[in-house]
Amino acid sequence: MSEKITGAEAMIRGIIAEGTDRVFGYPGGAIIPFYDKLYDYTDSLTHVLTRHEQGAIHAAQGYARVSGRTGVVVVTSGPAATNVITGLSDAMLDSTPLVVITGQVSSDLLGSDAFQETDVVGITQPITKWAYQIRSAADIEWALGRAFYIANTGRPGPVVLDFAKNAQNEEIEWHPYRKCNYIRSYNPSPDIPEADLRRVADLINASRRPMIVSGHGVMISGAEEALAALAEKADIPVASTLLGLSTMKSDHPLYKGMVGMHGNIGPNYNTNRADLIIAIGMRFDDRVTGDPKHYAPQAKIVHIDIDAAEFDKNVRTNATIHGDARLALEGLLPMIMETKHREWIESFDKAYEIETERVVRNATTGADPMAAPHMGEVALKVSLAAGADPVLVTDVGQNQMLSARYFRYSTPRSIITSGGLGTMGFGLPAAIGAKMGAPQRTVCYFAGDGGFQMTMQELGTILQYGTGVKMIVLNNDYLGNVRQWQAIFYDNRYSQTPLVNPDFNTIADAYGIANAKVCHRKDLDAAIKQMMDHPGAFLLNVRIDERDMVYPMTPNGRAVDYILLNEDNELFSMTDNG
Amino acid sequence: MDNNTTLFTIAIFAENHVGLLNQMSIIFTRRCLNIESVSASRCSIPDVHKLTITCFSDRVTMEKVVKQIEKRIDVLRAFLYTDDELVYQEVALYKVPTARLLDEEHLEEIIRRHGARILEVSRDNTILEKTGHSDETEALFNELKRYDIRQFVRSGRVAITKSPVEHVDRFLSDQEQRRKRIDRV
Repeated sequence: MSEKITGAEAMIRGIIAEGTDRVFGYPGGAIIPFYDKLYDYTDSLTHVLTRHEQGAIHAAQGYARVSGRTGVVVVTSGPAATNVITGLSDAMLDSTPLVVITGQVSSDLLGSDAFQETDVVGITQPITKWAYQIRSAADIEWALGRAFYIANTGRPGPVVLDFAKNAQNEEIEWHPYRKCNYIRSYNPSPDIPEADLRRVADLINASRRPMIVSGHGVMISGAEEALAALAEKADIPVASTLLGLSTMKSDHPLYKGMVGMHGNIGPNYNTNRADLIIAIGMRFDDRVTGDPKHYAPQAKIVHIDIDAAEFDKNVRTNATIHGDARLALEGLLPMIMETKHREWIESFDKAYEIETERVVRNATTGADPMAAPHMGEVALKVSLAAGADPVLVTDVGQNQMLSARYFRYSTPRSIITSGGLGTMGFGLPAAIGAKMGAPQRTVCYFAGDGGFQMTMQELGTILQYGTGVKMIVLNNDYLGNVRQWQAIFYDNRYSQTPLVNPDFNTIADAYGIANAKVCHRKDLDAAIKQMMDHPGAFLLNVRIDERDMVYPMTPNGRAVDYILLNEDNELFSMTDNG
Repeated sequence: MDNNTTLFTIAIFAENHVGLLNQMSIIFTRRCLNIESVSASRCSIPDVHKLTITCFSDRVTMEKVVKQIEKRIDVLRAFLYTDDELVYQEVALYKVPTARLLDEEHLEEIIRRHGARILEVSRDNTILEKTGHSDETEALFNELKRYDIRQFVRSGRVAITKSPVEHVDRFLSDQEQRRKRIDRV
């Protein structure tokens, strides 16, 4: 009893067999055969039609990051394929599992500059984990199985399948789909040698001032409990990277904040006082290390990562563990001695007291009821009003740094932000995808007026699917983060940063999205409550004073313990409490 | 090229997929590294392709490059070598006007001294071949210059390690063990 189906239908059945129930996409000429067959599979495969292909891929990223599942994107050839490039690069840097299927002209037209032909494999190879062109329907199972396997094993990343139109139309014999679980040239789960664990355990046991830096990899491997257990047993303070936020609860006594340019003072300052840095599932980005020559000069560096290419890439290590973070931490746990580092931990708390006094209070409160609220104030209040386990999705810039700093995290996978690529416009579609990936959680999206307008068209997606995203636009009529650099480093020369904006509330009205506007601090609480009480999507347009800045700040190229506290360029010092 | 650079040889063992060479070359392009030579062929392991790339750089940079190469899914293993760890060769071909060679009384001596071979002689041109290290093929080139060389071409380096350990065989047997474990689950 044989069944002949087209390549397009085989692809759809394969996607479903991989456990996918939702794809994000946009139809077009070279992918029409796929969309035609999709019409017959709407019961088992939901298609989310965004308003732009960039929106589709960012939505798939949000979906993948909140759920841990592979995000699937389907777009056509040519301009559609080039429109997903930003998302591919973003997903590559932020280790996000995606399978992106691009339509392609028929094989016989390849290389002829046919209508909407572009060299997708050639363009995407530098920014994908794997890219492959399917020129025959017979290749589909092999390529699709590998794509899913590659995307979501080892260090996750985006995979592109360039699907030639003739392969979509060709008929093949259908047989039950077999998933891929092995590739000869690829080992996503390396065995961890006992000796590597022992070496690291000895360093931890000998350390007097250890600090853990927890990254995205901790979340990807599900190592949050193992991390807490290890930190508690050896009494080690834990800091997180931007993407590692929510690997430990914000109120855990050993959680000491975020590292990096706008991170918390304690972990940044103490990086350069620590005698051991235990970096887990992170990659020593320059926004984390500051000047690498002056990074952690007193410390030995232990690096635990699934990606061996990250070892010694930016920072020289003293010991490494190549493998899954959870397995590594579980392996280390019995080798670690119970101990206390009271004085060392108190130094983080002392730094936090100073940070509270000198930075946090100013950023999150204000006395004047008629003034515009601070960005940090909005973030903190939204976070506290959002109920249990909200998800923060950010755009890029001041809105990102301040919402990441002041949001409270209670469960893993609670922040979705473009960390590596810093993609303005990422936030809105990512928030839509996140809400679809975690419909029971409150998704709070923060953006500036600049980034919001980069992908604002996705309000149409919210309209079409009724996606209940809480949107907070921190609106200062400026490209605020660039303005901040212009204010601090470029003598207040605001070159091309002021924006003339439309009325975002009117735009929300046009899309039938409930909304409110806040210009004064006194109205903020009521507006946030109105937003949270509203059952669906809501846009909160908050007037922000353009002079509001993000502090503390380690300027680009400075050592991590060179920390500016305010616009008067006052520097942090552990002894001076202002 | 900086003065403190060394010629490194990278040996890459990979699946023979379309686009493999591009995947390798973009890793060099991104770091503004110039590939000196490249050769690609099958190797002793069935269905495994071997690329040999040479590049002037420093060791720290090249170690990072090799890790990025090995990170590519289609690559089995990649290794970094300096010349002392390898036996290596290149082939060069030279096209010289026959009339000029016939005038030369030292031709036999030149061919003998360089260990070159004559591949073809026609009324117009003679094609010589020389196998050796690049300084050796270069030396013959310099000597033949005065006979109005019309064409000169040199292949990329091919190299074989002196080491007794065959790392790729070991990798493949480890992977085979892994496959059997996966199949059992």
